[in-house]
Amino acid sequence: MELWFTERHTPNVKFSIKVDRQIYSGHSEFQRIDVFDSKEFGRFLTLDGYMMLTEKDEFIYHEMITHVPMSVHPNPKNILVIGAGDGGVVRELTRYPQVESIDLVEIDELVVEVSKKYLPTTACRFDDPRVHIFYEDGVKFIRRCENKYDVIIVDSTDPFGPGEGLFTKEFYGSCFKALHEDGIMVNQHESPFYDEDAAAMQRSHKRIVESFPISKVYQAHIPTYPSGHWLFGFASKKYHPKDDYNGTKWSMLGINTRYYNPRLHAGAFALPNYVEELLKDVE
Amino acid sequence: MALSQVNAPIYEALRKFRKMRIVPFDVPGHKRGRGNMELTEFLGEDCMNVDVNSMKPLDNLCHPVSVIKDAEELAAQAFGAANAFFMVGGTTSAVQSMIMYACKGGDKIIMPRNVHRSAINALILCDAVPVYVNPDVNKELGIALGMSVTQVEQAIKENPDAKAILVNNPTYYGICSDLKKITELAHAHGMLVLADEAHGTHFYFGENFPVSAMAAGADLASASMHKSGGSLTQSSFLLMSERINSDYMRQIVNLTQTTSASYLLLSSLDISRKRLALSGREIFAETVEMAEYARAEINSIGGYYAYSKELVNGDSVYDFDVSKLSVYTLPIGLAGIEVYDLLRDEYDIQIEFGDIGNILAYISVGDRKRDIERLISALSEIKRRFGKSGTGMLTHEYINPIVSESPRRAFYAEKRSLPLDEAVGHVCSEFVMCYPPGIPILAPGELITHEIIEYIKYAKEKGCSMTDTEDINIERLNIIV
Repeated sequence: MELWFTERHTPNVKFSIKVDRQIYSGHSEFQRIDVFDSKEFGRFLTLDGYMMLTEKDEFIYHEMITHVPMSVHPNPKNILVIGAGDGGVVRELTRYPQVESIDLVEIDELVVEVSKKYLPTTACRFDDPRVHIFYEDGVKFIRRCENKYDVIIVDSTDPFGPGEGLFTKEFYGSCFKALHEDGIMVNQHESPFYDEDAAAMQRSHKRIVESFPISKVYQAHIPTYPSGHWLFGFASKKYHPKDDYNGTKWSMLGINTRYYNPRLHAGAFALPNYVEELLKDVE
Repeated sequence: MALSQVNAPIYEALRKFRKMRIVPFDVPGHKRGRGNMELTEFLGEDCMNVDVNSMKPLDNLCHPVSVIKDAEELAAQAFGAANAFFMVGGTTSAVQSMIMYACKGGDKIIMPRNVHRSAINALILCDAVPVYVNPDVNKELGIALGMSVTQVEQAIKENPDAKAILVNNPTYYGICSDLKKITELAHAHGMLVLADEAHGTHFYFGENFPVSAMAAGADLASASMHKSGGSLTQSSFLLMSERINSDYMRQIVNLTQTTSASYLLLSSLDISRKRLALSGREIFAETVEMAEYARAEINSIGGYYAYSKELVNGDSVYDFDVSKLSVYTLPIGLAGIEVYDLLRDEYDIQIEFGDIGNILAYISVGDRKRDIERLISALSEIKRRFGKSGTGMLTHEYINPIVSESPRRAFYAEKRSLPLDEAVGHVCSEFVMCYPPGIPILAPGELITHEIIEYIKYAKEKGCSMTDTEDINIERLNIIV
């Protein structure tokens, strides 16, 4: 028997993983949720058929979206995470002792429940007393926040489906308002490679540039996402991601990572020419 | 077998027709799309396949005897009317047919001045004379309300020879007059009651909405199925009470209606009627829930005022349609039209219209909760980024007109073009309006005053899309010589 999970990366490109067995399948009010086991990538989670994470490569995404802003901000205490019901970002955040509070806003309670049950690798720190979970639309939650957070991490799904609102200008503007005067927002910034993804990436970059005084982009290599070449947005009111970065100070924290390190931090902001051009087009 | 609301006779006939694979040597010449592949690729083969002409199995809108007749009977039943016609020239054509049915040349018709342009257009066509009842105005919001019963009574007394009364049910903003009372008054004086229900289709199918025209005993109603009813743009219903001679009405409709009615429009009316008859109650309950939620959230932002039933005063606001999301914007220092533009230009959100003091977001069952959240957040952001002091904003939206000439005589009169400022004191021979909402600021035959010119200039400056003057830049007006 051969059972394969296939995701369409473009109308003409497919990505498949051989499935050992399906662990879970369910429908929430918002989306279809599936969990599979595979030989190559271990356990993996998909939403509406789109790959969210695999046990094998999730560390890349979660370390890069978390440690970059956490190492630039000199004293991050109050953190807001939007999306991220799988718990990966929370896991990384709880490794910082100076963090006082982590608010997690996830629209879909079922994603958290399923993750707690089937994805222990990522959903392992929800019981940390600093973590507060709100099951709400992120767009709505952030609207009511003002001058409240040091770091906001937007761990969204794609710019269509339930995560759509997290790519809009009204959302980025609300994030700006919700941050302290030296706050940082980092977001999942899509891929520059395939045309449709690149267009979505440009659209969201344009909106962030219009909302924040400092707006940079960095990259990582994530094998199970379309093209494997993935970007993150770094938007900030005050701190520059390289000029205001102190790698030694971060190293002193003694946080063990498998992907992220201070040399990579600097390098991640060096982008290929074609990506630079895509970004410049909308800046 | 007797037909019921689960049937959609035109839709069913089209499906059957498609299977018959008839060879077309008739119009339309695109021949099921094969003759115009670019269009077919754009609209889809299924759509082109049913873009067909009247023929025996599909009936004929000008003279319905089979499936269209059946569909019209089902529609009448669903709306609680004695008869219903499918309209393919928009609610505009329904409104014009109502007036042309009620009035001949020189006949008087009582109406509020804040009618849609289609009503005044009908007056130009049939040479009826308007007797305007000035609607009450909410000075704070700058919006025209409904007609007060005493003012209607006054108009009836002064014009006992008037043939009909036209009522907006509701206005664009969701405001209803006391239609029942007005209907009783009109009937007691032998006048017909015509209801413009362009914004009130849902009154027939939802719960706790203002009374519909047919339920209130009105004689004729124009219901824009394509607005809250979900059918295709340009499709509409004309509803008739038993007091109306529907065969004569058909002749009136056929004066201006196309003889090539689109089956896309007809089937969309048929399917939408079925849908509303079967599940309208749930559909509109959901719509209202979203509108109420948005209203509460917008009011909690501060500055904005999303109004609702608290406006009800028992007379000129006899009832309010809570499915409408109208928001007063002046307290944040922005004109409605400015907020309307910012929503589109900055946030990729298109709303129905913005006027001087208000915006209107059209909420329907097609909306998703997450889009409502975007709208609310965008309004919150607009206030944060662009808001200023609300002082010094022009509020008045409605100016009482001074009618000096009948619309038809003014429209066809000898005229000359003058720059805006020089036109003051003359009688206008054309329309000036913002579209949407399409309610004239000036109509043919009305005196041009200084106040009106100032208003036009202000609306232009704020970015309202002004239409209808011969001079496309609205720098000059045609006046009667």
